[in-house]
Amino acid sequence: MLADHFPVLLAVVPLIAAPAIVVARSGFLGWVVALVVSAATVAMSAALLARATVSGPISYAIGSWPPPWGIEYRVDAANALVALLVSGMAFIAMPYARRSVAAEIEQGRHYLFYALLMLCLSGLLGMALTGDAFNLFVFLEISSLSTYALIAMGRNRRALTAAYQYLILGTTGATFYVIGIGLLYLVTGTLNFVDMAARLALVTDTRPLVAGLAFITVGIGLKLALFPLHAWLPNAYTYAPSVVSAFLAATATKVAIYVLMRVYFSVYGIDAVFRDMPIGPVLAVLSVAALFIASATAIVQADLKRLLAYSSVGQIGYITLGISLGSVPGLAAAMAHVVNHGVTKAALFLLAGAMALRVGGTGFERLAGLGRTMPVASFAFVVGGLSLIGVPGTAGFASKWALVSAAIAAGKWWMVAAVLLSSLLAVAYVWRFVECAYFRDPPADAPKRGEAPLEMTGPALALTVLVVVLGLHATPVLEAATRAAQALAGVAR
Amino acid sequence: MRSDIILRVVAKILIPFALMFALYVQFHGDFGPGGGFQAGVIVAAAVVFYGVIFGLAAARRAVPEPLVESMVAAGVLVYAGVGVAGLLLGGNFLDYFVLDHDPVHGQQRGIFWVEAGVAITVSGVMLKVFYLFAGRGRDFEEEP
Amino acid sequence: MSLFGHFSYWATVFLLMTGLYIVIARGNLVKKLVGLGIFQTSVYLLYVAPGKLIGGTAPIVGPGFTLYSNPLPQVLILTAIVVGVATLALGLALVVRIREAYGTVEEDELLALDAQED
Repeated sequence: MLADHFPVLLAVVPLIAAPAIVVARSGFLGWVVALVVSAATVAMSAALLARATVSGPISYAIGSWPPPWGIEYRVDAANALVALLVSGMAFIAMPYARRSVAAEIEQGRHYLFYALLMLCLSGLLGMALTGDAFNLFVFLEISSLSTYALIAMGRNRRALTAAYQYLILGTTGATFYVIGIGLLYLVTGTLNFVDMAARLALVTDTRPLVAGLAFITVGIGLKLALFPLHAWLPNAYTYAPSVVSAFLAATATKVAIYVLMRVYFSVYGIDAVFRDMPIGPVLAVLSVAALFIASATAIVQADLKRLLAYSSVGQIGYITLGISLGSVPGLAAAMAHVVNHGVTKAALFLLAGAMALRVGGTGFERLAGLGRTMPVASFAFVVGGLSLIGVPGTAGFASKWALVSAAIAAGKWWMVAAVLLSSLLAVAYVWRFVECAYFRDPPADAPKRGEAPLEMTGPALALTVLVVVLGLHATPVLEAATRAAQALAGVAR
Repeated sequence: MRSDIILRVVAKILIPFALMFALYVQFHGDFGPGGGFQAGVIVAAAVVFYGVIFGLAAARRAVPEPLVESMVAAGVLVYAGVGVAGLLLGGNFLDYFVLDHDPVHGQQRGIFWVEAGVAITVSGVMLKVFYLFAGRGRDFEEEP
Repeated sequence: MSLFGHFSYWATVFLLMTGLYIVIARGNLVKKLVGLGIFQTSVYLLYVAPGKLIGGTAPIVGPGFTLYSNPLPQVLILTAIVVGVATLALGLALVVRIREAYGTVEEDELLALDAQED
């Protein structure tokens, strides 16, 4: 039955689509294939999530070699949720991409853009679903390399240096991850996550384990833009094409966060990581630093996309703060924010791209008076901003509420204070947009009143509506996140 | 460098041997160091050698750009095709056991085609990279 | 003997430190990529050296041999080498484009040119 093969088809179908697009050499066909493939991945990941929620983890043996000798794709409630987020974001971005890519990238390279996007999608989905540590590295590099190339396709020449900086830091991060996995392999003799978790319980000499965890934390921390390893993110998100910024902001760091969760909770186990090693305090300090420093930096930015990029680093601080609690409720709050923030940031970046299309840039001097020039987009952006702050009725509030509850349950009142105070900083940087769009006059060469084309405004508005829906009906996401957290923590010894 | 007779003659002798060695490395990956990636790089190196001695335009005539681009994609599709063939014949993805009448021959067939796909893609990519880097910022005439 | 028995690990750490130092301390973009390559090479050594068992032969089944070296690290590192080559190619392509767009590949000059624009 085809449905049995969904775990592997989720990563393979985009992987086949990429060379097919290269052979076809047509930008339009490339877009059509990308649209169809992303729709297929959404359907497959939804089916997998449904099955994993009902009947537990699904195990798929690549090449029919039984695990732990072969590579196993292990789908449970956690990575099916992440896969659904990634494929959903790809699908939403596709109608938007046609106009956006036509405006920002030269015609002859469109087919290459869609091929790279498919490779990136395949890499991210493979990373989410695999149960083998080295296979994860391979897909990590597939997604990373295509990301570097996608970022370099931005119009500004600074996109090139941004891509280069991301390449250096990202490759260093991936190599650190490989070193960590190498140490774990030397100690346990296996690369399969489930088998590794079982064997780690029997290891007596813990120093390689600590070293391995340190390497993996730093390596994956570089990919998820954990403060202070976030230096690549502002430039990469600012100068990349709009579709790429939106897709990456919603997916790349989130999948890296999932990998960290998997290693901490499933492979090592809560006890080993949070009781025997000082990961909890270390992560908490770095998260709080991210919250305050990144959000404060966002306030003083002159470019909207750069502001959103720094805001992303701050919001990732909330997620790692949830992880640092070292409890299932904290993990559930982190997972909920992964989904909610992914949706919010994607909506905001899509809107920023739509604005850039109409007014010719995302610098604040060009966005003045946007409330009059593009009223719908500005209002949607404010709604997204409210979600970043965490106003009740938006998705951001639901996950922040879950985080605060988990912190209170753990007795960490300073964490509650940090979350609330940093939300005030978010108010400040959202207010910057409000002040610019609604309280200033448009520049002399502003376009007439009117929105960006429907293909671009539609997906952005759909995501904004989703942000509000997820805020008012937060239970589905919170329940899915709790199931994901239980699945992650349950495999440990 | 085309005017230098020693380089020209040595190149003409060495390049066929290099290509033959690449095929040897390709097929003996089961029994010794080798396999698709190494063979692909040796093929590309032989063509690059030809391009360095006889000029980039001559290399482009011998191995045209459209062929190289399609090699890049074709190899990946061959590899994925082997995987999907395993799916269609009743096993899992990349299942070699079902590819032939018995598992051992299936493994051999699967590895053969997978390595062939890898060699095609790798040689295509290496050549494409060479063409891109060498052709940039210069005219496409032969060197004196 | 601890020092000589762990020779491969010492070499790994030395290459790791050297590679990372070059990435951080050198301003030329091409040199950074070279440092990255050295750093990745240390990882290859970390995997492959422990895979060779003392007295083990090459991992090809043959009559008369009982102890084989571990083939898995070799396969993993082959993949990692290919990934490293791809990264190097992409990095050099970016350097070529940066050279054409900016006229230089020195990091401090690039920062100065960007700061001028602002």
